[in-house]
Amino acid sequence: MHTTSAPPHADDAARSSVGGVTTTGLGKRFGELWALRDLNLAVPQGTVLGLLGHNGAGKTTAIRILTTLSQPTEGTGTVAGFDVVRDAAAVREHIGVASQQATVDGLMSAQLNLTTIGRLHGLSKSAATRRADDLLVQLDLTDFATALVRTYSGGMRRRLDLAASLMGTPEVLFLDEPTTGLDPLSRTHLWDMLSELVRGGTTVILTTQYLEEADRMADDIVVLDHGRTVAHGTPQDLKSRIGDDRLDVKVASADDVARAANVVAPFADRAPALDPERHVITVPIKPGVRVVQVVRALDDAGIDAIDVTRREVTLDDVFVTLTGAKPVDDADEAGRQGQERKS
Amino acid sequence: MSKSLLNDATVLARRNLEHIRQVPEKLTNVTVQPLMFVLLFAYVFGGAIKVKGGGYAEYLLGGILIQTLAFAMMGPAQTVATDFQQGVIDRFRSLPTRRSAYLLGHYLAEMLGAILTIVILIGTGFLVGWRSHADVLHLTEGILLLLVFASGIMWMGLWLGVLVRSPDAVMGIGFIIVFPLTFVSNAFVPIDSMPTVLQWMATVNPVSVLIAAVRELFGNPITPVTKHVWPIDHPVAAAWLYSIALVALGWWLAQRRYRARTTD
Repeated sequence: MHTTSAPPHADDAARSSVGGVTTTGLGKRFGELWALRDLNLAVPQGTVLGLLGHNGAGKTTAIRILTTLSQPTEGTGTVAGFDVVRDAAAVREHIGVASQQATVDGLMSAQLNLTTIGRLHGLSKSAATRRADDLLVQLDLTDFATALVRTYSGGMRRRLDLAASLMGTPEVLFLDEPTTGLDPLSRTHLWDMLSELVRGGTTVILTTQYLEEADRMADDIVVLDHGRTVAHGTPQDLKSRIGDDRLDVKVASADDVARAANVVAPFADRAPALDPERHVITVPIKPGVRVVQVVRALDDAGIDAIDVTRREVTLDDVFVTLTGAKPVDDADEAGRQGQERKS
Repeated sequence: MSKSLLNDATVLARRNLEHIRQVPEKLTNVTVQPLMFVLLFAYVFGGAIKVKGGGYAEYLLGGILIQTLAFAMMGPAQTVATDFQQGVIDRFRSLPTRRSAYLLGHYLAEMLGAILTIVILIGTGFLVGWRSHADVLHLTEGILLLLVFASGIMWMGLWLGVLVRSPDAVMGIGFIIVFPLTFVSNAFVPIDSMPTVLQWMATVNPVSVLIAAVRELFGNPITPVTKHVWPIDHPVAAAWLYSIALVALGWWLAQRRYRARTTD
């Protein structure tokens, strides 16, 4: 992928170390509201960091600061060896950004969108055209290369947005929820493509609400909640903290919730989460436990279980397990709200 | 940075031209609309409004030129507001472009539109009987004045675009500012036909001064001035001052607001 390497820059002397992303105590506050707080990262070149969290957790704020779109109020950060505040211009020469909002131009063709961005990266007209054609092939958009982007489906727009972020052959690629709105096939295709980029030495920072995506793509995962880092580790580390599948047990009356929790406790490898309002006990079950064993135990105890469902771990479970509380699902990214207030 | 600000700006300007190629009706406000105004005013009002020293068509053109260019403020305002709303702006901001390239690109594209407007208006004016009675030097100065005024208008429009929260707001705000300014002036009727209070407003209105300057430079009839203040008595000098001030003010406001809005 890195065929057209970036030209040497006069400010290369300002680089601390080549590639990767580091942050120290990075934070952003809008008045009393912390959109991001004390983020510490050390992402080596050629690896993938997954920022995992709900809406409003601070993922987008982190990305906006690292891509120089937003100024941190605390701490420092470097991208590709450049300080995100002092050397913002140098950072922009080494990054690619695909944001949550597909930011391609609906009134231009895919090809023209890409060549425009290539030209702004300083590529010559012919180099920009070549690079655009390559990327259109890779992202399977050649059949629609000359069609207006406003005729594109949501998934096609996201693919084109990714192509746009790759036009400058970035050292560090930022993807804000890259697979939201993609069908499963496109998602797998995108993951494969990213893996190839990473093998070529690209550093990727991606945000996601999907555990599966973080697990599959990331070498390292940071779980954010209300701007704070609640967990940081490899997918294996997190898995060992979070456990395997979950069993949702719904009982008929609220009085049964506590009793049922005691009955299912032997099958759990960590404390079950109780939801008295919905009469649901969520049980992190030990490996090897079968649903029928749990049902039988509940039956023996004379508890009226309306429903027993086994499922995979979700992001909610991660938060319940890591923070001990069900997170409030904010309507919007706190960072964005702050930005809107200002404008 | 090896590439120039002008390179970035022209790449961005080309984007606007591409929008027009895809949606040609975007151009109606700088082509069909002024043409329609010339025809309507020339033939609907032309018979009723008497102007000393020439035909109404000769009087009208200066007014229509300035009025149309003033309304052209809404073009850049709407495109910039739309870019902000759609998030396109973040894409450009994360690219290694000069910060000022974005507004400059819009400015360049809009000025091409302004030139087109001037050509169409003068052409249509010619068809309905407008003639210039000035030498080439003054005619050229008149056109240069129109271009500098248009530059000021475009920068004010760019400022408005960065200022509003949604493109829908542009029309309303634009009309509230531009409509009274262009109509309470000597654009379509001689000032001496108005009630005294309006005469004062129309006399001090910079739009009247600009229009009087264009008429003077084009060698077209200028109606008598009833209230004497320096600008209207020296329209050409005052119009240059106003236009240059408008460019400086618009540029400064637009850059400042853009900087503030893209800093968070």
